[in-house]
Amino acid sequence: MKSRAEVVIIGGGVIGLSIAYHLGKLGVEDVVVLEKNYIGSGSTFRCASGIRAQFTDEANIKLQKYNIERWKRLSDELEHDINFKQSGYLFLATSEEEVEVFKKNIKLQNRLGVPTRLIGMDEAKEIVPPLNTEPFLAGAWNPEDGKASPFHVVYGFAKKAKEFGVEIYEYTPAVDILVEKGEIKGVKTEKGIIKTGIVVNAANAWAPVVNEMAGLKRDFIPIKPYKHQLVKTEPIAEGQIEPLTCPPAWNDSYVIQDGEDGGVICGTGLEKLTHLDDVQPTYDFMREVLKWATKIIPALKYVHVVRQWAGFYAKTPDSNPAIGKINYIDGFYIAAGFSGHGFMMAPGVGEAIAELIVKGKSKVPLDWDWYDPHRFERGELRSAAFQIG
Amino acid sequence: MSDKKNIIICRCNEVAQEEIEALIDQGVTDIEMIKRLLRIGMGPCQGRTCLPMVISILSRKTGKKPDEIKLPATRIPVRPVPAGVLVGEMESDGNEE
Ligand SMILES: Cc1cc2nc3c(=O)[nH]c(=O)nc-3n(C[C@H](O)[C@H](O)[C@H](O)COP(=O)(O)OP(=O)(O)OC[C@H]3O[C@@H](n4cnc5c(N)ncnc54)[C@H](O)[C@@H]3O)c2cc1C
Repeated sequence: MKSRAEVVIIGGGVIGLSIAYHLGKLGVEDVVVLEKNYIGSGSTFRCASGIRAQFTDEANIKLQKYNIERWKRLSDELEHDINFKQSGYLFLATSEEEVEVFKKNIKLQNRLGVPTRLIGMDEAKEIVPPLNTEPFLAGAWNPEDGKASPFHVVYGFAKKAKEFGVEIYEYTPAVDILVEKGEIKGVKTEKGIIKTGIVVNAANAWAPVVNEMAGLKRDFIPIKPYKHQLVKTEPIAEGQIEPLTCPPAWNDSYVIQDGEDGGVICGTGLEKLTHLDDVQPTYDFMREVLKWATKIIPALKYVHVVRQWAGFYAKTPDSNPAIGKINYIDGFYIAAGFSGHGFMMAPGVGEAIAELIVKGKSKVPLDWDWYDPHRFERGELRSAAFQIG
Repeated sequence: MSDKKNIIICRCNEVAQEEIEALIDQGVTDIEMIKRLLRIGMGPCQGRTCLPMVISILSRKTGKKPDEIKLPATRIPVRPVPAGVLVGEMESDGNEE
């Protein structure tokens, strides 16, 4: 293991690896990623793979519009096929009031260059052939949203980062952060100390533990682990449920076909505040999610469920992440608390943090004030970002 | 030796021995990553037949002892079940009640 590095990133999920890749690309030579388990093992490998620009506030829409441009080029850039597909997101309205809300959101998205449209149920049925159209009045459809393989994204970022000289230490937890006179001095691991002046907290659900290592109050950025689960069915014919299809009024339930094997991933809003070791799937979730999924797509009744798993939404009080510099300690940065939509943000957030570290500013359209890690201490909350994948 | 292209290790997702060995040769030696990149053990059989075979290939190629390689977690349900049965709308033979 190295004894000195320019930057140490704590957390080898999609965010930490994207930051590492972008630092490498900018020519930073000595970058280390510490991952306590294997890369991707936190939330990233447990996510539903959805990528969207359909948000309801300017900051997230702008960032995600930019991110979709990044996703489109990412396989080429990483020289590894990450299986990005612009298969769209289809939100479905169950009431006139919801249709009005959709219209308002679409107007904002259109103004910012995101081509979402209100569509009728005939068109929705063409997009998702087995859809039960009867309960729904209209859909909000953005054909530019999509999905990618979390496995290949993590592998691709890690592989390219290593080519740039980044060292990734798996099964190597950070156990302490050395701070002297308000400056970062190093990170202690079980295998020794790495001296450094810059640490990035990319531990998402575990971020409060890492902040505490640096001597900060554990909850000055209040990120809490909420258990979220998914079930997956056996593969069905391609092209049946390609977009993420979600009636938000049905407890944020959604279905989406896996872009690689064609199984159907089913999620719902049933969540539980839990502790950081609890990724136990539960039968009450299985029943709840399938109740909704079979209402959205009745034919799913006949399809076999093969897997169920759980992971964390690392939630902040306003469901927006904390991204930026931590002002109390020189050289301490954070990108964490992604509240269920961090996979989709990874390329742009990694680029922005890397540029912030190297150049002090970034050309990524990321609104630093909006995501300011210190906003919670000031009692400021953003309008809640829509959480689901 | 027999043709490795034709030796299928994961029958659910049709992964051949050759693909697994190629990935190990590229330096991917963690079974958790091999499983996910090739989608072994994530189909209807849930890895019951294939993952032990992956362990023996890994152990042969990397020199790790088979019992040092931890089997990835099994996911519920242990056997595939129709969604309609799980929501209680169908009998377990797949007929509607
Ligand atoms: C069920 C579910 C569905 C989801 N669906 C979507 C979706 O469709 N689209 C989307 O965009 N997002 C989705 N998400 C959210 C997404 O998974 C996360 O926002 C994203 O993966 C966050 O990436 P990350 O790198 O910040 O976190 P993680 O992947 O959790 O990475 C943090 C890493 O830090 C490591 N770590 C912690 N402490 C230490 C330490 N002391 N030392 C070293 N390493 C440490 C952990 O082991 C972990 O690997 C979903 C999440 C869940 C649970």
